[in-house]
Amino acid sequence: MAKITLSNLAHSYTSDNEYALKTMNHVWNDGEAYALLGPSGCGKTTLLNIISGLLAPSQGQVLFDDQDVTTQDTAHRNIAQVFQFPVVYDTMTVRENLAFPLKNRKMSANYIEKRVADIASMISLNDILDKKANGLTADIKQKISLGRGLVREDVNAILFDEPLTVIDPQMKWELRTELKALHQRLGHTMIYVTHDQTEALTFADKVVVMSDGEVVQIGTPTELFEKPAHTFVGFFIGSPGMNVLGAEISGNKARIGGHELDLGHGYQNLSGKLEIGIRPEFASLSRNPDDLPITINRIEDVGHYKIVRASHQDMDINIISDEGAEIFEDMKFVSFDSSKINIYADDWLVEP
Amino acid sequence: MKKTTNQKAWFMVLPVLLLVAFSAIIPLMTVVNYSVQDTFGNNEFFWVGLEWFEEILGSERMHDALGRQAIFTTIILLIEVPLGIFVALHMPKKSGVWSSLCLVLCALPLLIPWNVVGTIWQIFGRIDIGLLGYALDQIGIDYNYTQDSFAAWITIIVMDVWHWTSLVVLLSYAGLKSIPDAFYQAAKIDQASRWSIFRHIELPKMKGVLLIAILLRFMDSFMIYTEPFVVTGGGPGNATTFLSIDLVKMAIGQFDLGPAAAFSLIYFLVILLVSWVFYTVMVHSDKESGS
Amino acid sequence: MLENITLTENDQPHIYETNLRLEKATMNVLLGATLSGKTTLMRLMAGLDKPSSGSILWNDEDVTGVRVQDRDIAFVYQQFINYPSLTVYENIASPLRLMNKNSADIDKAVRQCADLMKLSSFLTRKPLELSGGQQQRCALARALVKGSGLVLLDEPLANLDYKLREELRAEIPKIFADSGAIFVYATTEPEEALLLGGNTATLHEGRITQFGKTSTIYRQPKDATTARIFSNPPMNFLKLSKSGNKITFSDGTNAKASEALSKLGDGDYIAGFRPNHLELAQHSDMAIKFNAKLDVTEITGSETYMHMRHGGERWVGLVHGVHDLTLGEEVSVFLDPSHIYTFSQDGNMVLPAFYAKGI
Repeated sequence: MAKITLSNLAHSYTSDNEYALKTMNHVWNDGEAYALLGPSGCGKTTLLNIISGLLAPSQGQVLFDDQDVTTQDTAHRNIAQVFQFPVVYDTMTVRENLAFPLKNRKMSANYIEKRVADIASMISLNDILDKKANGLTADIKQKISLGRGLVREDVNAILFDEPLTVIDPQMKWELRTELKALHQRLGHTMIYVTHDQTEALTFADKVVVMSDGEVVQIGTPTELFEKPAHTFVGFFIGSPGMNVLGAEISGNKARIGGHELDLGHGYQNLSGKLEIGIRPEFASLSRNPDDLPITINRIEDVGHYKIVRASHQDMDINIISDEGAEIFEDMKFVSFDSSKINIYADDWLVEP
Repeated sequence: MKKTTNQKAWFMVLPVLLLVAFSAIIPLMTVVNYSVQDTFGNNEFFWVGLEWFEEILGSERMHDALGRQAIFTTIILLIEVPLGIFVALHMPKKSGVWSSLCLVLCALPLLIPWNVVGTIWQIFGRIDIGLLGYALDQIGIDYNYTQDSFAAWITIIVMDVWHWTSLVVLLSYAGLKSIPDAFYQAAKIDQASRWSIFRHIELPKMKGVLLIAILLRFMDSFMIYTEPFVVTGGGPGNATTFLSIDLVKMAIGQFDLGPAAAFSLIYFLVILLVSWVFYTVMVHSDKESGS
Repeated sequence: MLENITLTENDQPHIYETNLRLEKATMNVLLGATLSGKTTLMRLMAGLDKPSSGSILWNDEDVTGVRVQDRDIAFVYQQFINYPSLTVYENIASPLRLMNKNSADIDKAVRQCADLMKLSSFLTRKPLELSGGQQQRCALARALVKGSGLVLLDEPLANLDYKLREELRAEIPKIFADSGAIFVYATTEPEEALLLGGNTATLHEGRITQFGKTSTIYRQPKDATTARIFSNPPMNFLKLSKSGNKITFSDGTNAKASEALSKLGDGDYIAGFRPNHLELAQHSDMAIKFNAKLDVTEITGSETYMHMRHGGERWVGLVHGVHDLTLGEEVSVFLDPSHIYTFSQDGNMVLPAFYAKGI
């Protein structure tokens, strides 16, 4: 297991200055689970390939525990990887699949047998050890490829490249939980690439949100939820995403249209495009005419909560209410929890 | 999942069926007709039953030709398939100028008409004016494919390898290209040896196309005619008289239509049988590993 | 408008005898796991497959044997299927061209539809030059432009990025509302069914377990199977027995049969409740306390999933807020009895959760 340092790292696929990955400096702690989250084309797979050694960065270094591995190839980095589509050796049994990396490293037969048995019982493959890997379902195959990484005790990091893409929704749930439990038990450094916010947030200790080749924010799920560093993070995390409303701000007041809102804190010297960000979870319908007037367009019942789709002038505002909450005709206003309002200048978060 | 059962679809097959009937079944029936009759010319035919079949099956001439044919096909399969795979493995994997160049080079021999291939090698191997024959002769190797049957065999085998290995290369290459990168990457991570990668990733994934390649090469080489006919004419002696050459000698050279017809039917059945056995075994082994 | 399907596919039954009546201008969701028969059912509706028995009626008219081409339907698949060599404009126009409409009408319909699907600025592009979301919009537009009476959508959003899915999910009901057609939408995700609203038919192993208004099915499932299909994360279960006004759960916990469960007759039952109804604190005097062993917690930023073991059962809890809990320890969770669904031993609903009655 190792700490991973990205130093002055950047990558461009073409020779001109179009960067798929813009210069970044990050230190990822030993034993933590990281998720790289972003829409397709944001550079998350590029970054993963650089860490795995498949791609040499056009600039900067990758360090595992302070040792420069930038020029090392994949085989020597001691990493394990689970791919989007299950990679198993079809001609081998499950047992042979799990033993394969150890055999190649010339471990003793006794050790291999014991280690394979241990790992197989850990990821509950012990009942099918002697089956051919070929005819198994996608979720079992993914477990096998994970197992091939786990059998090695010297693994620096385990990388996942959208591993649940081809798994049935019901099994997704189970596999993800199992993965999480495994991480909590074994404490490997894990890096998980996905475009699915639920997967990222539930799996990771720290989520790395990427957009346009840039890391926009690294934080715990709670930080991303409560203090998105950029309006993009606010939009991308949460379903529906954060409400972003253009406003004028002076001191501890915000003005939207002709209405004044209290902010929890005072702000000075703001410039650029100013907006307030408030999560639908922290907005509620009200009857108080001092609050922001809205028009309700649609109410969606999502089971354990309701999404109220509303608008103020031409700005969309989403509000989340509880399952049991009743919504009345005369609720034509929205109130915000002022301590949860964030202020953005030119899309970046401003601290009070 | 159950798909629609619409019997009308069979009418769509009708034109093809008619075409096949005219191009294959009717000529075949003519051959069957010849094989059970004898003639002394003047378009007079006698019914002889299975006599020709008995004669052909018992004749040493047929046995010898069949033996030569089997040896030839075995040799070229043993050379062309491994060689083809080997070349395919060493072609550049990424699409680009190099891989295109390799593909064009590989395809070249396949584009040359068969009789031209024969002529090329016939001249190439001559000791008086041919580059190969002359060079071998100059360095003191006794090489004369018109008189020495060993030299004739070598020439024909080398020619066939030159001509047809490309087919195996192209098919194997297509099979290799379809393997996702993730497999190679996973193998690297597992520190698999080059041999393991071949044995556990490349070979299983190439199996399908290799099956087709072997089948095609088997049928083609078993029916080989033009090239040896042009180069050696079946000689020296009968050294390179393969089944088809023998058949043509019998049918056109000696005008023994009856025996030749029986011969070609037996020939046809042998190819059909071997191909079927081969295919069944391969597909069956595939299923076995699947379950 | 009505459609009355009775189908059995024999020897290897894929769809057991099924009756379904879809009304004009309704959104109908087919909800079920992979291979539960959603696609088969849609293929039968479309006429791509023929039922082995039973008939399909359209406006009271038997259309069972009518070819797909002669029916008034549109089909959208999970894969983005467009003509790669045609522009977006021509792709959308293609069904109309087949109907031999005049070009002025076609132009008007295409532009209107492209506008609705936010494709107006891409009309001259080829489908492969578009993002996945736009490609699927194009396929949707092609299905809608015909003005078909029946639009079948087979997991149309499954291949899209999360955020794009969210965006289109919000748009589809709007588009549907304007079209007046019968929409049939297959999905594996309960949340998608809820967001689309309308009616839902839950499918399990080739049978429709229940059909009705989406929110009704969610809150008043007829049996445990339906409840399980329509709950993500899965519904939690445990056994209970009632005698007099005393309720005993399989782990020995006792509770008084309060208002919520008072109508239950004496006997053995299975209790089911949704993960979001488990709570970490006692909010009412009624709430029943259970002890479970915590396996894993997952934090989404605003909520916490707790994966627990309770006796032999696996439970999932979804609670508001972020909770840092020690793994492997016993936790106490609380459940308001008004959130308990009771099922008979063989899985039929006996009493819906009390809270759900008013909703």
